[in-house]
Amino acid sequence: MNDERVTSSLSRDDVVHVAHLARLDLTDEEVELFTAQLRTVLDHVADVASLDLSHLEPSSHPIALENVLRADEPRPSLDRDEVLAAAPAVEDHRFRVPRIGGEAP
Amino acid sequence: MTTAVSLAAEVRSGARSARDVTDEALAAVAANDDRFHTFLDVMEDEARAQADAVDAAVAAGRDPGPLAGVPVALKDNLCTRGFATTCGSRILEGWRPPYDATVVEVLRRAGAVAVGKTNMDEFAMGSSTENSAFGPTRNPRCTEKVPGGSSGGSAAAVAAGFAPLGLGSDTGGSIRQPAALCGVVGMKPTYGRVSRYGLVAFASSLDQIGPFATTVEDAALLYDAIAGHDPMDSTSLPSTPEPTLPGIGKGVEGMRIGLCRDLVDGCAADVAARVQEAADALAAAGAKVEEVSVPEFSYGLSAYYLIAPAEASSNLARYDGVRYGLRVDGADVEAMNTATRTAGFGAEVKRRVMLGTYALSAGYYDAYYAQAQRVRTLVMQAFDRAYQSYDVLLGATAPTTAFDLGAKVDDPMAMYMNDVCTIPSNLSGHPAISVPFGTGEDGLPVGVQVLAPALGEAMLFRVARVVEAHAP
Repeated sequence: MNDERVTSSLSRDDVVHVAHLARLDLTDEEVELFTAQLRTVLDHVADVASLDLSHLEPSSHPIALENVLRADEPRPSLDRDEVLAAAPAVEDHRFRVPRIGGEAP
Repeated sequence: MTTAVSLAAEVRSGARSARDVTDEALAAVAANDDRFHTFLDVMEDEARAQADAVDAAVAAGRDPGPLAGVPVALKDNLCTRGFATTCGSRILEGWRPPYDATVVEVLRRAGAVAVGKTNMDEFAMGSSTENSAFGPTRNPRCTEKVPGGSSGGSAAAVAAGFAPLGLGSDTGGSIRQPAALCGVVGMKPTYGRVSRYGLVAFASSLDQIGPFATTVEDAALLYDAIAGHDPMDSTSLPSTPEPTLPGIGKGVEGMRIGLCRDLVDGCAADVAARVQEAADALAAAGAKVEEVSVPEFSYGLSAYYLIAPAEASSNLARYDGVRYGLRVDGADVEAMNTATRTAGFGAEVKRRVMLGTYALSAGYYDAYYAQAQRVRTLVMQAFDRAYQSYDVLLGATAPTTAFDLGAKVDDPMAMYMNDVCTIPSNLSGHPAISVPFGTGEDGLPVGVQVLAPALGEAMLFRVARVVEAHAP
């Protein structure tokens, strides 16, 4: 084991914390179910977590690619009205959202 | 069913109208799809308009394109301008994209007729199409069985004869596995070979669009039409692809083929037997076939189920109820985000987003995500070693034939095991194809998988064509 945390069982509290990070609200039953199911998956992936691969570089992509930039020339973009037509709430040609944090409405 | 190659030839020569072909396809869907639920939405008006445009081109003596009048089924994670694109999710129900995916546009220019949007596991997360928010698809070969997934709707639509061609996306096997289970051809091109502009993202370092067809030749026809560079996709390969169709009949004489034990030994006995028969047929056709072991493949599944959820947790952060799709109101933005995602995502998407968030979270990133990326390097190096000795590799596509609806929905790990033979090619970005090859003891289709190195599509289709010719 290169890290003992990988053998520790995922707790209910971990699931509640991760659900909050992912902006998901879980019922108590879902917390129970997901804790058990995610534990099973994490137990399975322990086979790779325990390998000593310190000699290898991580690969984030399958094919060597260089970043590409297009020429900085003006061109048409998506039609604003068509884009806004798909939004749940619009006001004054902008996306309308509820209050953010403690800001005054 | 008539192949795409011969349908296009008929339409191009004026022997048959695209409108007639399209009307026939739409009528078949209307009459029979309630048994299979392969389509979420049928593009009746759009299809007829496109067919009429193809017929007008033929009448005017203009080239109507290589896919003239051929009906194509589109997976519902491909954006279609002004036409509902749901990804099998409540969170995108009713959303009409403001643009077409590049492949949709390319198909239109090639004369193809998009007939509808096909069912899929929500956001392509699943191996049975049972994770669709709009109900499962049934396997046309046996309606008590799943069609595989996540592109189960496109695979089943082609298997049912609704369209000779389909498009799917393959992140961990989501084209090849349903192709195997439905008894059709399914192919994943090299990563970056087909533009993903307008493909709704699941795991961006793995996702690739590819063809479904009833024959290897038809799959090559569709692949040739969609392969190529696209400035709208920053991961698109800049080189110009070689057409694969012209050399598809060259055979396998002298080719070196590795029968990969690691892609056979864990499979059901009847599946393993078919793969062995395919290997024997290739040897009889003049290939040099040897057994090879690539033990690193056994780590692929674990690496995939860390990398793909991690990327998904990031990609799916965009579903926040602000710009498109579902919104469930809340007192402030965070409450609205949470209420929207809680109501809009199904159980499997929530599991994967949580798994990925966990693998990326403080204290676990190195142990899980970075480690999985090192395993990815390990698998890529193992492929490179194997391809020093072999031109292509051979194995099973899926460990079993199609399973019963409901059999694995409550056991995520059992469902994930369906992808064990297909995942290595996603981790390496290499092309691979599933070809129908006989049946299992239950009489259901078995798929044999051919794997090739990066940009080896022409060789892949050649080998697949020989496998197909010797299928029982």
